[in-house]
Amino acid sequence: MKESVAISGNSGPKVRSDCEIVLELKSEGGILIDLSSKVKVLYGESIINLLTAILDFFEIKDAVVRIIDSGALPFVLAARMESVIKQLISTDLEYLPEFLPENNYYTSRDRFRFSRLYLPGNTPGLMINAGLHSADGIILDLEDSVAPEKKEEARILVRNALRQINFNGAERMVRINQGEMGLRDLHFVIPHNVNLILLPKCETADYIAQVENEITTIKSKFNIVSQVFLMPIIESALGIENVFRIVNGSENIVAVAIGLEDYTADLGVSRTVGGKESFYARTRLVVAAKAAGIQPIDSVFSDVADMEALKNNVLESKALGFEGMGCIHPRQVSVIRQGFAPDKTEIEKSKKIILAFEEAKLKGLGVVALGSKMIDQPVVVRAERTISLAVRLGLLSADWKKEASAVEK
Amino acid sequence: MKTVINAAGRTVPLEINGEPVVPFRGVGKYKPEGSKYSPPISSCSDYPDDGNKVVGSLEEALRKCGLRNEMTISTHHHLRDGDLVSNKVFELASEMGIKDLIWFPSASFPCNDPLIKYLDDGTINRIEGSMNGPLGRYVSEGKMKGTAVLRSHGGRVQAIQDGEVRIDIAVLAAPTADSFGNARGTSGSSACGVLGYAKADYMYASKVIVVTDNLIELPCFPMEIEGNYVDYVVVVDKIGIPEKIVSGTTQITKSPDRLLIAELTASFLEKSGILKDGATIQAGAGGTSLAIAVFLHQIMKDKGWKSKFGFGGSTKYMVKMLEEGQMEYILDAQVFDLDSVKSLENNPNHVPYSVFNAYNYHSKGNLTSLMDIMILGATEVDLNFNGNVVTHSDGYLLHGIGGWQNCLHARNVILPIPLFRDRIPVIVDEVTTLCGPGELIDVIITERGIAINPLRHDLIESVKGAGLPLKSLRELKDEAEKICGIPQKPQFEEKVVAAIKWVDGTVIDVVRKIKTS
Repeated sequence: MKESVAISGNSGPKVRSDCEIVLELKSEGGILIDLSSKVKVLYGESIINLLTAILDFFEIKDAVVRIIDSGALPFVLAARMESVIKQLISTDLEYLPEFLPENNYYTSRDRFRFSRLYLPGNTPGLMINAGLHSADGIILDLEDSVAPEKKEEARILVRNALRQINFNGAERMVRINQGEMGLRDLHFVIPHNVNLILLPKCETADYIAQVENEITTIKSKFNIVSQVFLMPIIESALGIENVFRIVNGSENIVAVAIGLEDYTADLGVSRTVGGKESFYARTRLVVAAKAAGIQPIDSVFSDVADMEALKNNVLESKALGFEGMGCIHPRQVSVIRQGFAPDKTEIEKSKKIILAFEEAKLKGLGVVALGSKMIDQPVVVRAERTISLAVRLGLLSADWKKEASAVEK
Repeated sequence: MKTVINAAGRTVPLEINGEPVVPFRGVGKYKPEGSKYSPPISSCSDYPDDGNKVVGSLEEALRKCGLRNEMTISTHHHLRDGDLVSNKVFELASEMGIKDLIWFPSASFPCNDPLIKYLDDGTINRIEGSMNGPLGRYVSEGKMKGTAVLRSHGGRVQAIQDGEVRIDIAVLAAPTADSFGNARGTSGSSACGVLGYAKADYMYASKVIVVTDNLIELPCFPMEIEGNYVDYVVVVDKIGIPEKIVSGTTQITKSPDRLLIAELTASFLEKSGILKDGATIQAGAGGTSLAIAVFLHQIMKDKGWKSKFGFGGSTKYMVKMLEEGQMEYILDAQVFDLDSVKSLENNPNHVPYSVFNAYNYHSKGNLTSLMDIMILGATEVDLNFNGNVVTHSDGYLLHGIGGWQNCLHARNVILPIPLFRDRIPVIVDEVTTLCGPGELIDVIITERGIAINPLRHDLIESVKGAGLPLKSLRELKDEAEKICGIPQKPQFEEKVVAAIKWVDGTVIDVVRKIKTS
């Protein structure tokens, strides 16, 4: 026993759905819990029962617990209690809340990753309803949004969130820390059905191999058969130089993202709205991703109030070949989704191209013109891609050809 | 204490503060007979011929009005949290050694918390009006001598007109007034827009004092308070703190969950056909309501529709609809931000319209039943769609009724509310305090689904196949409890600390003293 008092969690006038727990280990006197909570009348008993059960689980017999609760849900209370205990005693035990059966789903390699919503890993209030905003992916972030001294408690909170929060079918993602710390993060998340791991500030293919090894070890230890996908984030000049090697570093890599704040900092330039300074990096990353058959994902847009600028940003990003973008606020999700989806004009044009080309084929013609433009194979391939995207997004019926011919008749 | 179970199934006493009361009998069932109350007859011979009713101080005015024990003193709440007048009245009364007054405000605000002192020292016997924050806590813990009576804005007018509450002295803060007592809410450093809540007070009180910090030469025109009802005019340095009277600007919610609720609400109103060309709209000034207004505005703009009128509490978002042509009139009972104050002053289609005319159930029809879209809130809703707005789930009295009960008579009553606040589920088996019967509440919209009252077959039909997340209240409640856990119930003692009046003056429920361990 190093010290006998520890603290975990958050409190204060602006804190919601969280709690702060101070634990003091004693040598006698039994368990004393001092609860102050705005939901004391409604949940006082259940909070005390939960904390008592956790203390019992870790075989703590004598302690004083002071808790300031701001409406924390049980999985949060449990995470805070566990992390405060683990600061004082060393143990491999984990107090795991029930794994919700509805969280037991897998994702596929080629699913859409248009929008993925970042959630700070130590802020439970933002996690609870995150699944309601229809993002393609939810990222529980252990890296930049968590203060260094809060890393350990965030790991336990994120683990509990993966077990207890229903993200409504969004791809369950975690962004781990860089380097060694990131490898340790994996132990808290891989056993709890995480679908995809984001690897920040990736610079070499070697790191991918290390991560892959660690995941394989954890998977075999816990008998996990499902795939865990990877999404490296490139945020430096070296990363850009190595990007093609990085994305080929594992067959589990399904997408690669660019992080422009750090990239521009690395270059020693400022990030502008026009983005000229990162044009090379972005296009190089897109080309590398397409060459490797994975999805290129653009940087987040940081002005959460300016939806018009976000929309323009998305359209530009799509024009460069990106297939998704990070979101830092739920309101960005629908703008990004709509932006990456094909618009009406694109769909209509693609339909005409495909129909015209098929008609030409029937007539035995090799080349066909639509208006004043010649249609050849690459144009048709692009049109088919647009149509298949539209069908998968539910913007177009899979039977659109039949419907089109019915209209003609 | 003799009690009875009223038509809503609630156990209520037959007497409150020593006066007999009528238990709730059902919506539209209780129809009192007789005539309305009239204030005493006055004579011009008692007032100065030159029309100058200005006296030296508020104390002098109160003395001239014959302030004595057990009187009922009314004030209005148009100065909101910036009100400097209400507290002053009781400070003076306390200094004068007066006891057992009844304070009858149209609403109270945190700035009125210091009144606890005068409840403690016996100057005030009870408050008949809304109770927030520390005042609510004080009452819930059984510390107030008399029993609080909570009424809706319309219920307050009804109580005055029916003679249930007889105002002895109305002390009316006025941002602009003349020496005859004509007064209005616009201009002056304490401008608050309209003074509509004071209308019943000045018409029915035995004595009326106008308190202003902006005395102008007669005539004060346009006027909202008419001087021939006024006894005395008092000039003070300041009646209010401007930045606390009107928020410089009202703000749309930034909470992603509330925005989601707002978006779902707009989508429901559009898909159900409730939102249409000409639809009349009332929303509040809360962050979610403002977001709903913005979404509705956009839909109406896209479709080329125009609302016939909106009923305020006006905000800049409503004013924008008026100015951009998506709303023909704003009828306004209170003004929430500076843009609205400006609009009220300059736009002839932005019209003051008192709750006196809009909300009283004992009148010949009222405005709320003409509203197509009514957006309201609630602290709790139960499985029978009954609503609570005055207490929280922990049993403490924390809000006034405001216009909520009156607004339940609208054509479509929509409650956009979060399914749980922090950890507190909003949908419960039975509301802690019943404020509005479920038969009047049509739709509950939460971030996790929409519940339509089964009585509204038409609405259920209208959104079939529209792709909205429809659920039953039971399903929503289960979902919340799965996340939050099943809450315990607060424990109460027998003592009644507050009566909740229905719009017709009957007692729909009571609040009991909280059991503190």
